[in-house]
Amino acid sequence: MSVIEQHSVEYSPLIISEAGVSDYIALLKPRVMSLVVFTALVGLVIAPGHLHPVLAITSILCIAVGGGASGALNMWYERDVDALMTRTANRPIPRGRISSSEAAAFGITLAIFSVATLGILVNWLAGALLAFTIFFYVVVYTMWLKRWTAQNIVIGGAAGALPPVVAWAAATGSLAPQPIILFLIIFLWTPPHFWALALFRSDDYARANIPMLPVVAGPDATRLQILLYTIVLVAVAISPWPLGYFGVAYGVSSVVLGAGMLWLAINVYRRRTGTEANRAARALFKFSLLYLFLLFAVLPLEVAANALMAMVW
Amino acid sequence: MDNEPRQEEGIVLTDAQKRRRRERSIAIALALGILVVLFFAVTLVKGPAVLIRPI
Repeated sequence: MSVIEQHSVEYSPLIISEAGVSDYIALLKPRVMSLVVFTALVGLVIAPGHLHPVLAITSILCIAVGGGASGALNMWYERDVDALMTRTANRPIPRGRISSSEAAAFGITLAIFSVATLGILVNWLAGALLAFTIFFYVVVYTMWLKRWTAQNIVIGGAAGALPPVVAWAAATGSLAPQPIILFLIIFLWTPPHFWALALFRSDDYARANIPMLPVVAGPDATRLQILLYTIVLVAVAISPWPLGYFGVAYGVSSVVLGAGMLWLAINVYRRRTGTEANRAARALFKFSLLYLFLLFAVLPLEVAANALMAMVW
Repeated sequence: MDNEPRQEEGIVLTDAQKRRRRERSIAIALALGILVVLFFAVTLVKGPAVLIRPI
């Protein structure tokens, strides 16, 4: 037998992809993507000036796909710990529906296409910010911080806070205090939101050896941190009203919603044992989603109301 | 001449694998189609000088 013939029969077994379209959609983390799209949409709507609808749709599409690419690359890197956690064991890679190399190729392709398309068709400031967001989420948060420090989601939260800034840059080609305020609100909202989740999922994180705050510092220290971050979050979220960046409707909403957030954070701090503690953490986790949604939803409504009043008067 | 159906050689995909491959192909085609329409639409909006701009 010749050398060529010998090698031709000693090939490694070829793996045929079993992945369906729904598995690839799951890789994009649709729920996270919906939050990214929503916050970006708010950043786009409140930005001054006029952006052509085609360019607005292009911007949102690119930001959504960039967010999805981050999710896919996160799932590719986290495939070993995802298999150990109840919350993530059903993801396409640990379930064996998509191979890790398919997920990596998918994520990298989407990341390159989303950044290039946003840069070429809209502007390169927005493109560069989107590239930085993906880099920060995948490299800084997923690869570096997540398994190294209990401050993982505090610093990593910057990636999730950037979409409205990218959208503002897409609309205006520059930056201003308003998108920075939106960034700060999401940035400060992330720790209480994820630590509330970590309080009632700490077994999961401990099993996967991820140094979430409740695992490393204990639930009581986490409760105190949740309360402190919530106080700063509520204060920062209210501040654009007296500073004159956002209007009365936003101001009233931020005070009312902030009071609810603070009340639930105090509940988490006070109820430390049994099912009551668990229930308090779950209540804060759920309300924090509503808090961010309503706080951001008021802003475009305010812009629409102002535009309507300007037309009428 | 041999009229008997020929046995497929090499790796033979199952029906499920063929169906999923077709689904993936259609999804890729749709994504590429959207990208083409997007670039065309933006060219109409911005004019032919879409690529000429200060960085």
